[in-house]
Amino acid sequence: MSTIEELNPGLADLGRYEYGWADSDTAGASAKRGLSPDVVTDISDRKSEPEWMKKLRLKSLNLFEKKPMPNWGSDLTGIDFQNIKYFVKSTEKQATTWDELPEDIKATYDKLGIPEAEKQRLIAGVAAQYESEVVYHQIREDLEEKGVIFVDTDSGLREHEDLFKEYFGSVIPAGDNKFAALNTAVWSGGSFIYVPPGVHVDIPLQAYFRINTENMGQFERTLIIADEGSYVHYVEGCTAPIYKTDSLHSAVVEIVVKKNARVRYTTIQNWSNNVYNLVTKRATCEEGATMEWIDGNIGSKVTMKYPAVFLMGEHAKGETLSIAFAGEGQHQDAGAKMVHAAPNTSSTIVSKSVARGGGRTSYRGLVQVLEGAEHSKSSVVCDALLVDQISRSDTYPYVDVREDDVQMGHEATVSKVSEDQLFYLRSRGLSEEEAMAMIVRGFVEPIARELPMEYALELNRLIELQMEGAVG
Amino acid sequence: MSTLEIRDLHVTVETENGTKEILKGVNLTINSGETHAIMGPNGSGKSTLAYSIAGHPKYTVTSGTVTLDGEDVLAMEVDERARAGLFLAMQYPVEVPGVTVSNFLRTAKTAIDGEAPKVRTWVKDVKGAMSNLKMDPAFAERNVNEGFSGGEKKRHEILQMELLKPKMAILDETDSGLDVDALRIVSEGVNRAKDETNCGVLLITHYTRILRYIKPDHVHVFVNGKVAEEGGPELADRLEAEGYDRYVNAAAEAKA
Repeated sequence: MSTIEELNPGLADLGRYEYGWADSDTAGASAKRGLSPDVVTDISDRKSEPEWMKKLRLKSLNLFEKKPMPNWGSDLTGIDFQNIKYFVKSTEKQATTWDELPEDIKATYDKLGIPEAEKQRLIAGVAAQYESEVVYHQIREDLEEKGVIFVDTDSGLREHEDLFKEYFGSVIPAGDNKFAALNTAVWSGGSFIYVPPGVHVDIPLQAYFRINTENMGQFERTLIIADEGSYVHYVEGCTAPIYKTDSLHSAVVEIVVKKNARVRYTTIQNWSNNVYNLVTKRATCEEGATMEWIDGNIGSKVTMKYPAVFLMGEHAKGETLSIAFAGEGQHQDAGAKMVHAAPNTSSTIVSKSVARGGGRTSYRGLVQVLEGAEHSKSSVVCDALLVDQISRSDTYPYVDVREDDVQMGHEATVSKVSEDQLFYLRSRGLSEEEAMAMIVRGFVEPIARELPMEYALELNRLIELQMEGAVG
Repeated sequence: MSTLEIRDLHVTVETENGTKEILKGVNLTINSGETHAIMGPNGSGKSTLAYSIAGHPKYTVTSGTVTLDGEDVLAMEVDERARAGLFLAMQYPVEVPGVTVSNFLRTAKTAIDGEAPKVRTWVKDVKGAMSNLKMDPAFAERNVNEGFSGGEKKRHEILQMELLKPKMAILDETDSGLDVDALRIVSEGVNRAKDETNCGVLLITHYTRILRYIKPDHVHVFVNGKVAEEGGPELADRLEAEGYDRYVNAAAEAKA
């Protein structure tokens, strides 16, 4: 371990932002900007990927170029695809223990609180993504003994090619949408998880992501397969440093939930306020399976994300709980998609959004009941809270029902922080900011209580940070 | 020893029909350890007085002064007034969804004292105060005022008074909507808090029945935005017998 200084000439440049520092960009200097078949081929070659993956990447690039930009949702005209680095490699080989990590990366994770979490053994293993490549990865031995695979997605392809090939792109094909095509062409990193039949992973599997190179796009790809009767909770959290120019994050998450299995996927994204966060997340549920998306969107400039569940088997259940928080200059266009394709399936969507400082939140949701999906049930509740007069909230609930015998419920509310609520809390000694933060925390509490403790605490801290200067 | 001093206080409120003056020159001095009852008919401005002292943004002070131990209360923000030692038990406390009573109480205590209360004694204090007010311990995990009955809201207000230990407590119609048992329990809470901290109490009420449990040192009859008459506890007995008509008529005549 004598190479720490060699690896980290820019150690002194570490910033002091609490959630917005930047490490030195030594690794990123070598990466090329822009997108072309050469860039895609280069990514594949550097990873020594099998031929089929290289071909799939190139085919996806072609699809990406053909597909139009979405003309709905948020304004995406600020993205310059030719000014983005599509692959940045941080360190040559993956570290397998904490001590092997370069010092500046460790310093970064220290600020994120990862070692504490690790010490507390609250997490089952950490796949921390750094500059497009997973550099640190640890799986507790008991998981390995149970046959659980939890690796970064590149290793997943190398070490479990057959399994990987069977499911990769099976839930979200490359041509699904423009950004899924982009991700399939240039993906790097992410998590690959397989849980064998009947295995319950009783502690959350956790990955922490950071973007760290100016103008760097992060295109991680996550694939989770929960075999029959198994259970796993995957937690993905993101905080990002602040940069001057716009950055793109376009991930794809595919989840296969087999018969009677259950998967919970928790995200709190806090990308810095110049990141376009355009993510495709989808799960398929077989008979009796349950998929739960818990989705928090705090940061980014623009987020477009609608976690979806395709309920393919009888009695399958889908649930999405989402929180969106839009401050100045932010647009959170988030929601959910539930497709009922089998009888007796049920879905629940609970969406809570908070807008302040001229920020904008939109709930955009689709509930589809296909022919033959009789006795299906769906409930949608979306509540928006406006903290001031200049912010905006919209609701776009789409419902498409092709079957008579179904139960549908939809409730939507928009409320404002009332003068009397503020007065009440302030008359108990809370400053206006503290009072506002308490009201907002209370508003999102029904979702916060579903988060693992450390994430609930982080969410509260993020809300407090967001509310600083919110009143004037 | 603290003193809350109100001098020639004039307050207006915006209504659909323009600006309306509600308080028309209120004078009042309350010292630590004293209980003052303000009694008056509906619409006389009693609650406006309470909210103006606490600093509700709906009310505009056009002239006059309010000081606490010589400090200009009117120059303070709402939360600064609370931290200076003023407390208002509200008639209609609002709901705060998703915020538990225990979280709310701890946050308020921390804000008022400027430091977090010691965990061990705090938990004991809260439990003790709740048990004195005959509140179910499960109450602490409910959301603030959400689905509370009228009586529960009032107990919760007095619970805060006991825990936050203000220098001056203003109780705005704390007796309204309480049955006899609840009235007694809530009144005992006020008396306990006062005995413990020797705070001043400004008790705003329409009815005399709460004065059976909380003995006032001074009674002020409040009519048409100002104090019409002052006296000792015997004044309350007279109001009980005669009602407010005499004052209301006098005020109407004065207006004409």
